[in-house]
Amino acid sequence: MTVDTKEPAGPAAESQEYVDVTERPTVTAKWVRRLAVASIAVAVGLPMLSLVVWSFAFRWNFPNLLPSEWGTQAWAYVADDSSRVVEGLWNSTKVAVLVTLLAIIVGLPASRALGQHEFKGKSAVEWVLMMPIIVPALVATMGIHQIFIRLRLTETLFGVALVHLIPAIPYFVLVMASVFANYGTALEETARTLGANKFRVFRYVTFPAISSGLLVASMFTFLISWGQYVTTLLIGGGTFVTLPLVLFPFLSGANHATAAAISLVFVAPAIIVLVFTSRQLGRESSVMGGFGRI
Amino acid sequence: MTAVALSHLSKRFGNHLAVRDLNLEIESGEMVAFLGPSGCGKTTTLRMITGLIQPTSGDVLFDGESVVGIPTERRGAVMVFQKHLLFPTMNVAQNVGFGLKMAGVDKAETARRVTEMLELVELPDLESRKAHELSGGQQQRVALARALVVRPQVLLLDEPLANLDANLRITMRQLIRSIQHEMGITAIFVTHDQEEAVMLADRVALMFDGVVQQVGEPDTFYRRPSTTRVAQFFRNSNFLHGVRSGNVVSTPVGDIEVDPVQVADGSGDVILSVRPEEVKPVLAGSDAANTVPATVESVIYMGTHTQVVAKIGNSVWNVQTAAAFNPREGEEVLFELPKEHVWIVKDDSNSQPDAVKAS
Repeated sequence: MTVDTKEPAGPAAESQEYVDVTERPTVTAKWVRRLAVASIAVAVGLPMLSLVVWSFAFRWNFPNLLPSEWGTQAWAYVADDSSRVVEGLWNSTKVAVLVTLLAIIVGLPASRALGQHEFKGKSAVEWVLMMPIIVPALVATMGIHQIFIRLRLTETLFGVALVHLIPAIPYFVLVMASVFANYGTALEETARTLGANKFRVFRYVTFPAISSGLLVASMFTFLISWGQYVTTLLIGGGTFVTLPLVLFPFLSGANHATAAAISLVFVAPAIIVLVFTSRQLGRESSVMGGFGRI
Repeated sequence: MTAVALSHLSKRFGNHLAVRDLNLEIESGEMVAFLGPSGCGKTTTLRMITGLIQPTSGDVLFDGESVVGIPTERRGAVMVFQKHLLFPTMNVAQNVGFGLKMAGVDKAETARRVTEMLELVELPDLESRKAHELSGGQQQRVALARALVVRPQVLLLDEPLANLDANLRITMRQLIRSIQHEMGITAIFVTHDQEEAVMLADRVALMFDGVVQQVGEPDTFYRRPSTTRVAQFFRNSNFLHGVRSGNVVSTPVGDIEVDPVQVADGSGDVILSVRPEEVKPVLAGSDAANTVPATVESVIYMGTHTQVVAKIGNSVWNVQTAAAFNPREGEEVLFELPKEHVWIVKDDSNSQPDAVKAS
């Protein structure tokens, strides 16, 4: 706010004043930044690289630095129907998308209430919401399993999505509640007084303001669902196969090449989602003020 | 250009009565300030006028018609908040044009009126800037333009200048005042700053604990505060207890004459009050009337004047004298309480707690 203190009285002078938001970083800051980016890239990239090498290895014995024989047999297996990798990929995608949609429908009103309103029993609601983080989702799933059998929800896409919602909702609501808290209600009220009804307030004011936060929360939700193993196994009953279910047997097995290939298929969407969202956020990071409060 | 009337307006939040039986008529084109400390119910009143909250009882009338049943977006009572001023995802032109877009005004007309309004608030050529690229003062102006462009029935301002620094506040004050006059808009603003209320408003309504204490033109709060609390809020805590009979109040430090035309009410036990700047030091042996002896407790030189704290009888008085007046601490001096400035206030120093938790 240094600008205010010397604001000139005349309109002509004032219109020249412009708050430069893109400050030029110093040379040192630039190098620190580059170093940080580089170390993250190495930490994430190097294990990935070894996965890529493994997935094309046919024979790779101990002291060799690289496989002694190369082959694409692991990738051929991944593409084959009998491996159920493609089926798992498709199922994982369907479940994760459905969980994200359900989280938005259920979590958006809840996080708005938690972020912007004071009400009786608010802390109790917050505790219940946090429970899946404290208590493993497995515990709840055991009980839910019985009920789902009666409701014929086991071994179905919808049933699996519902059970994924348990670990996903806390993260979604945490992110969105802080976005809503940061955003406040004054802008919506201003829009109301300017003649916008509730629907148009949401469309023109609320949604554009929270969309970046919503993107992050949705990404979290998608990835939490993507990584679920035990809950899927219990409710899916082994019939509904997602990618982790296909992958896990190979991790304990001796076929490293196949495990590496499936692992790559497994992490690929996560990386795509991450790159996509970070690009979106890069465009308009100011709205993400609330994200920093978590 | 709408007259606003508040009739027996009350708002209860749980057990807390935020606004109690408020009655006020605001003329068309008038600028009224709701003044009071935080939590006094002034913002709640403003929100009831917009329809953002519903009154527990009572009525809000625009030009004699009740608007309580009309939703906020169709009331035409536009509010400008102190924080979160502008829609962050829109540029200046989109912000200012928002109300017109909601009203279905066509693009050419919107563009014309937005430009016109930005010129009025002295911010031309900034249409494409985003909110975060503007200074606090500029954001304030854009928010004002956005409210005014829809030609509101009533303009409501919630602490409009609270987030601005001192110099900018003066500029904005003048701008708001001149635009409000020019457009003839009925405006209501809330503030906790008595100086701001006095400088900006045609009339001030002072609120404590959800109750309007006194309504009037700004100078009445200085010259004729109704109670001790009202006087204190306007930085006058010079009180002297006495007993009135006729036009004379006998106090422990001598008889004080009051002007019967000005001070018609009050008899028996009364509290006298004289504003700090009206008390005059006089030389011993002067033939001035209404003089009282005082013991100087502290003297602060303020440049343009001298601030003297002195004990008169049992009361501590603040006196603002000419800069040349420079008594020692502990010195006995004589103060004149000019008859035309002696005023009688009601004692309400004990009435504060009950209003807060009225059930």
